[in-house]
Amino acid sequence: MDRRTLLQAGGGVGVLGLLAAAGVISPELALAANGRAGFDARELDAALAALGAQDAEAGAALSLSAPDIAEVASAVSIEVVSRVPGTDRIAILVAKNPFPLAAVFSFPEGTQPEVSTRLKMAESAEVIALARAGGRFYMAKKAVSVTIGGCG
Amino acid sequence: MANPMRIRAEIRDGLTEVRLLIPHPMESGQRKDENGAPIPAHFITALEIFHRERLVFGAEFGPSVSANPFLRFRFAGAVAGDRLVARWQDNRGDSRRDEATVAAAKR
Repeated sequence: MDRRTLLQAGGGVGVLGLLAAAGVISPELALAANGRAGFDARELDAALAALGAQDAEAGAALSLSAPDIAEVASAVSIEVVSRVPGTDRIAILVAKNPFPLAAVFSFPEGTQPEVSTRLKMAESAEVIALARAGGRFYMAKKAVSVTIGGCG
Repeated sequence: MANPMRIRAEIRDGLTEVRLLIPHPMESGQRKDENGAPIPAHFITALEIFHRERLVFGAEFGPSVSANPFLRFRFAGAVAGDRLVARWQDNRGDSRRDEATVAAAKR
């Protein structure tokens, strides 16, 4: 049984909790399992659907900072800041990467719903940020050009 | 065994700013070696940061996150001297746990 099967079978915590109890993995990391929904999608729309974000609304309360032109496609700096009250999750996608969903971040109460990171871009594409608040998704987009082919 | 994470945590404007640099190849599985053979995917899938045994930040990664992932986030409730625990796990089942101490604001 591979890890993905485990995560899907257990909905996350259940099976991993057993593994943690058995000392196979740490107890803390068992909490990480959000189910990896969307990570195996090879198209943007499929990734959005897997996240439940196909009807995300555009909103100025979610900001996405990324360069217009990325000179190093293997490390494109991205910052996402949500001012949507109650934001508990932020996802970042790169539309034309082989697997568009790059990362999903969880923000427990007390943590600012904002994150900076660096992503690979296979080619010029839109970068998409999603914020989840109160079960609804909000979206921001930014077109980023890469000057040299990146590594997928 | 993977190299330790570099974790900087500093109190700034009443929040703790955390910067992480995680040594990891983050191989996407899309690349080929010099003989044309595919290089297998090898990337971090999950990362969590705890303060006083409470989760303050969680992340799931796919292969699009850059090699040696960088992260910055901010959370409330820590004071200088508090310990943070960071853990990651990758698609091969490797994992690593590191600790850091929250530093006072720079004057």
